[in-house]
Amino acid sequence: MSTLQKIDLLMTGVGGQGNILASDIIGDIALAAGYDVKKTDTLGMAQRGGSVVSHIRLAEKVYSPLIKEGNVDILLAFEKLEGIRWTSYLKPGAIVIINNRAVPPLSVNLGVEKYPADEEVIKALKQYTDRIYFVEGTRKAIALGNARALNIYMLGCLSNFLPFNSEEWQAAIAKHLPEKLLKLNYNAFDTGRKEMKDVHV
Amino acid sequence: MKKLLSGNEALALGAYQAGVKFASAYPGTPSTEIMEAIARFKDIYAEWSTNEKVAVEVAMGASYAGARALVSMKQVGLNVAADPFLAIATTGVNAGLVLIEADDPGIHSSQGEQDNRHYAELAKVPILEPTDSQTAYDMMAYAFEISEQFDTPVMLRSTTRISHSKSVVDVKDTLTVPARKIAFTRNVGKYVMLPVNARIRHPIMEERMVKLAIYAETFPFNKIEMGERQLGIIANGISYQYAREVFPNASFLKMGMTYPLSEKLIREFATKVDRILVVEELDPFLEDHIKAMGIKVDGKNFIPRVGELNTDILESVGRKMGFISTPTREKIAAADLAKRPPLLCPGCPHTGFFYVLAGLGQRLKLPGAKDKSPSESNLVIAGDIGCYTLGTYPPLNAMDTNGCMGSSIGTAIGMEKVGLPAKIVAVIGDSTFLHSGITPLVDAVYNQSKITVIITDNTTTAMTGHQEHPGTGISAQGTPVGKVILEDVVKGVGVKNLAVVDSFNIKEIRSAVKAAFDREELSVIIVRGACAVRVPKHGETRVIDTAKCNQCGICLLVGCPAIQINGKQPVIDITACTGCAVCQQICPKQAIGPLSQIKSEANK
Repeated sequence: MSTLQKIDLLMTGVGGQGNILASDIIGDIALAAGYDVKKTDTLGMAQRGGSVVSHIRLAEKVYSPLIKEGNVDILLAFEKLEGIRWTSYLKPGAIVIINNRAVPPLSVNLGVEKYPADEEVIKALKQYTDRIYFVEGTRKAIALGNARALNIYMLGCLSNFLPFNSEEWQAAIAKHLPEKLLKLNYNAFDTGRKEMKDVHV
Repeated sequence: MKKLLSGNEALALGAYQAGVKFASAYPGTPSTEIMEAIARFKDIYAEWSTNEKVAVEVAMGASYAGARALVSMKQVGLNVAADPFLAIATTGVNAGLVLIEADDPGIHSSQGEQDNRHYAELAKVPILEPTDSQTAYDMMAYAFEISEQFDTPVMLRSTTRISHSKSVVDVKDTLTVPARKIAFTRNVGKYVMLPVNARIRHPIMEERMVKLAIYAETFPFNKIEMGERQLGIIANGISYQYAREVFPNASFLKMGMTYPLSEKLIREFATKVDRILVVEELDPFLEDHIKAMGIKVDGKNFIPRVGELNTDILESVGRKMGFISTPTREKIAAADLAKRPPLLCPGCPHTGFFYVLAGLGQRLKLPGAKDKSPSESNLVIAGDIGCYTLGTYPPLNAMDTNGCMGSSIGTAIGMEKVGLPAKIVAVIGDSTFLHSGITPLVDAVYNQSKITVIITDNTTTAMTGHQEHPGTGISAQGTPVGKVILEDVVKGVGVKNLAVVDSFNIKEIRSAVKAAFDREELSVIIVRGACAVRVPKHGETRVIDTAKCNQCGICLLVGCPAIQINGKQPVIDITACTGCAVCQQICPKQAIGPLSQIKSEANK
């Protein structure tokens, strides 16, 4: 048996964007493919619109559920500000997929703090890597009929960099979503999977 | 079959397969999902208890009557339940009783950081600590056997990172545990703790610890894993995982039973390695006990006492001790980013009355505006534990104290009794009021307190993820059950002034609060409205008519995440607005209204 290469994946966003469901789907698909899997999410108070972050680790054998700083292979960010909150976790040359969506925190609305401009977001990430992909997840999900399909769209984008085929993804998605939402979400997944062209910055 | 389970799911499944017939809990992060998972098994009895003390007491009864019982809570829950926990530690059990408590190193969602292993030492009961979901699952059967064999409750200690991490579990199909007879045998010497009997039980408890220490020597979750002899690591729980990753070549003594300790095994390990490092989160519990054996170890001289551990921390420990020589990674200074703390949701029923209180206390202030609040506050708001604690943050600034579950009312009474020259308000949620707010309300009636108590009733335990409670009339297993009416409780204990108002009616709330403040008597106001997560749409989406709006910014003082600013113009995010209309009621220019009306007016 060939050894499975380790993949440390960090998923970030704002409470309510569906990160935890997405990380559960990745966990199941990796388990089915023979990986050892550990994942850990922020829960509790973070549900109320706060920052959320999930660590997902796949390898032959995983000990710590938390990824060590500087070791993240792939960052999947559902929101721009949350996309640069954990940059110190990125390894040099990491893949970053970032949803081009700003959800300004209250402090920004009250004028106490500033929301970073796109150039600042890219600059912060470029300190670590050139493999940055800006995707229009929220816009595409709304166009498909439901903003809540964002998480599955993001998985579609991610799927280009993980060693699982479309059937495996579909099976894992079906396990976690009700029947009536499957068509929409398969669509969202396919749209995301085709998205990686022309979005490299 | 292999499954990806959280620590909490694994504990629940392990307990079910170990023949648990009775489960009780009060919600609390990170322990809540244990009850949520076990309540799905309809062939056993599972309940949300009124609080953790009651949860232990009902489990105690179940155990005495012959049913294996599981009780779960968060770390501070055991503070509430300490009395019955020590009581059953004294009487012992009939059928097995396992208490799962989940510590929260790093304070992800608690009012403090405490190491509950000290409780087990105090109560003289054994502690088991899983290192991942698999051991959590496997340990449950042992926990019940130990409980019955040694006539003791067993504490199973989890932490946030164990409870809330998912890892692979090899799940067995079924586990056949012989059914026990439900029967109670009268045994006054064991079950009635008169001093004369308790004096007999204490030496039995001490003998129990001696026997348990012998058992610990062969407990399969205490395990030596030999690597190189230069460094030997003794670790428990999640710390073991971090240490295994950072020190792949070291020798390990993994501690599955962390009280009482397997002294022979530890001494054996000490002879096999040159230097020992004890890796544990929070207090030096293992370290102090091992040092007391006369064994030289390193521990808290390198490992922090505060917060969660992780592989980064252990790597720097390894460097300081000279076991890791790879250079430290060069750190790039991180930009100063806007913070994103948790917030009251759009349409939250707590927002309206906090806005009213903050206004009456002259606390509302736009950033950059002149501070007009009096230096000595004319209003003190004693708060409590729940989502509404988030009302502490700007712009509402509407909470002044918050210590532990149910403390708001008592704290307010004390402030009033010493003559604090201010209006004193206690704010407490429905689930928290039922948990531990009733006894202090009795105190307020009895001692003729003049405070105002606001019970904010969203008819759910929202912060921990919407669990049922006695006020909802639905059980943990989803069946309709008895419903405790808050008004009846308040009137029943003798409160004369009770008002019930709508969470989304600012005028009604303001007049009830003013009436309470004018009265030199105890007043209770129940502010009632559904949680926005449960009822995501209250009415038609609101929008701001920019023709009428003078950009005064008052609507921003509500702190609603749906109200955002575009340059100087406040705008409502229509995808987030729930139509609660609190902002509409406070707008001095009547510039906020339902989407359909503003549109038609703009069309005129």
